[in-house]
Amino acid sequence: MIDILIIGAAGAGLSAALTAKEEGANVVVATKRLPTQSQTVMAQGGINAALGNIEEDSPALHIEDTLKASHSLGNKEMIRKLCEKAPQTIERLERYGVPFSRVDNASTPLSSIAQRKLGGASRKRACYAQDYTGLKILHTLYDRALAMDIDIRSELMLLDLISQDGKVSGALFWDIASADIVTIKAKSVILATGGFGAIYHGYTTNAYGSTGDGIASALRAGGVLRSMEFVQFHPTALKESHILISESARGEGGYLVDEDGNRFIDELAPRDEVARAIFNKIAEGKSVYLDIRHFGIKKIEHLMPQELHLCKIHAGIDPSKELIPISPTVHYTMGGIAVNEKFEIEGLKNCYAVGECSEAGVHGANRLGGNSLLEIVAFGEEAAKSALSNLKESNEIKNSSFVKKDDYLNLADGDIKDIYAIRKELGKMLFESAGIIRDEEGLKTALEKLEEFKGRFEKCSVAGLDTIYSESVTDYIEIKNSLYIAQILLKSAIARKESRGAHYRSDYPKSEEKAYTVTVSIKQGNLSIEMDKKEN
Amino acid sequence: MKITINRFNGTKTYKKEFHIDRVTTLLNALYHIKENIDPTLTFSSGCRSGVCGACAVMKNGKEVLACSTTVEDTDVIAPLRYHDIQKDLKVDKSRTKETLKRANAYLHTYKDEILTANDEKANERQSDCILCDSCYSACPVFAVNSDFLGPFSLSRAYRYAVDKREGDSMTLINAIQQNGVWDCTLCGECTAVCPQNIDPKSDILNLRSLSMQAGFSDPNMMSMNFGTSGFL
Repeated sequence: MIDILIIGAAGAGLSAALTAKEEGANVVVATKRLPTQSQTVMAQGGINAALGNIEEDSPALHIEDTLKASHSLGNKEMIRKLCEKAPQTIERLERYGVPFSRVDNASTPLSSIAQRKLGGASRKRACYAQDYTGLKILHTLYDRALAMDIDIRSELMLLDLISQDGKVSGALFWDIASADIVTIKAKSVILATGGFGAIYHGYTTNAYGSTGDGIASALRAGGVLRSMEFVQFHPTALKESHILISESARGEGGYLVDEDGNRFIDELAPRDEVARAIFNKIAEGKSVYLDIRHFGIKKIEHLMPQELHLCKIHAGIDPSKELIPISPTVHYTMGGIAVNEKFEIEGLKNCYAVGECSEAGVHGANRLGGNSLLEIVAFGEEAAKSALSNLKESNEIKNSSFVKKDDYLNLADGDIKDIYAIRKELGKMLFESAGIIRDEEGLKTALEKLEEFKGRFEKCSVAGLDTIYSESVTDYIEIKNSLYIAQILLKSAIARKESRGAHYRSDYPKSEEKAYTVTVSIKQGNLSIEMDKKEN
Repeated sequence: MKITINRFNGTKTYKKEFHIDRVTTLLNALYHIKENIDPTLTFSSGCRSGVCGACAVMKNGKEVLACSTTVEDTDVIAPLRYHDIQKDLKVDKSRTKETLKRANAYLHTYKDEILTANDEKANERQSDCILCDSCYSACPVFAVNSDFLGPFSLSRAYRYAVDKREGDSMTLINAIQQNGVWDCTLCGECTAVCPQNIDPKSDILNLRSLSMQAGFSDPNMMSMNFGTSGFL
């Protein structure tokens, strides 16, 4: 029997898989695409670790910055674990061969790694590989995974966890190649399925597939979700295409200017503050630009080759000569599956979650740039260690052969086209109602509108499609999950009647004195939203 | 404008024309067709910003990333070459994994080494690879030798071979002798199509030098007849 089934093959999944395999476990990694077609490759700016290579730094300062950005919702113990583990995480990546950018005249291998400043950081702390940090980390992990002969199974789309009374014993997948449901059973399951930013379709830097599939399945299986109202808006995406322009542009000294050429905000304030300042300008009917012309073409080519390329293709501009038109865009989801300090999912047994799909208490109400790449690699390893300590044969499980295709797909007469209109309308509605600035009325109207979308979705059918190798079927499942997650997001955002970090309510503009978390679970078949006062 | 897509439905290939309004990128055109005209149109995509490699296709006979290229009237879009077509523009990329494994493209034995900004340059470009498979599709060697390791695997092998942290480059060099560096025709098609401006042709030439330094020789040279043996 498989010891550990890891769902998701990007940074968190591969980091966990490598640790588990190095310890001799029998590991299977399942992914709905290919490992290198994941969200991790899109991370550009860097990975935080208090190495102090450029200026004096310490894990204590890293902890302080992270706690501050979390707006009292961070879990001190988890943040301490993350920040203290950061230097050894970089060392692990160095040993795998990650081609980091370097500085000269270093005295040790680790001290040769270049570091830059990202928003909300008090020091130059983000290790980077030009502006391809996520790409180069992930590809190196993938090379390592192939070297270790890890069993990676591609094009398996997660449908649900197999669970009984909260005991998880595997998962059900839609096999894109055979157009059939397949079962993989394992003693422990790790979810590393990523966030849900793509439900803001058309208003996100995320890939289309970041639809919170793992988060939805954890909730359905009896797990608890936490902080789902906290969505990070990246201050600088290209205005029309919502393609990300990395924070490194501001980290290296880029300016944010309005259409009159005036700067209006500290460019390196935390992302929530910068995004709101830009949003307010745009709400006044003004345009906002990123200005990196003073870098000169040489510096841009050297430090930000990817940004240069993206600006040319998606906006038709040369950033060494022209202003870059930008707008804030959905970038990262802080909320997710509630896990304890061992990454066990609250409410479930034998099941763990790590990376963006999890809410491990390190980002709280706002994530710092450079902490997510750190989280996936560092905590991927930790989650695997926990799963390794849980390799008993699991108990008798429900025979999943009773699962039928029409439990997941509508096979009745009809067609599928409307799902795409629904996806678009949902994205726009969420950006407008559950966006950078929210209020009760807008959120409740969105919730009503969501019911209408669900009604339309139920009429959509995959009948008449040749489902083998069909991308339409994966779209169908993803959009179904998007509608499910949207409801949780909206209800959580309504429940938090205050402003904190990335969640800004115009009807409750102040933070309450006592911090609390909003959790979501299913009780007696109904969605239950609860407030937990934090003991920090 | 009109674009033509070479489609495959599992049994037969056929051409299909679509009339659409002008859009920014080819990927947006494909999505426009799928969302508004024909939901069965099948293609792969991911990040929309040129770093996941999913959306590589042929445009007018040349490999491109659909998300990073424009689309013009009368363009003809087809799936990548030398790949099994699954449906329409979606191809089987499972061989990527297999060729990377055979090429041994990873760091074998880590050696403590203090790198410099110059060392970063040694394999910066090679490590920009997004595994889009464009170079594999453009490589004519696959027409005659499907076991060829191919451009991206060899560039990746080179990336690790020149990394000062590699303490066992011999194993790496060994792995690229068979169906590897000597099978390349140096035509440069891979270099011409790489969306990341990687130059596999030069990497392969450099790997040949490293191979020679390691005691290997060009098998093509060994089998050549220099005009003397025939008289004996």
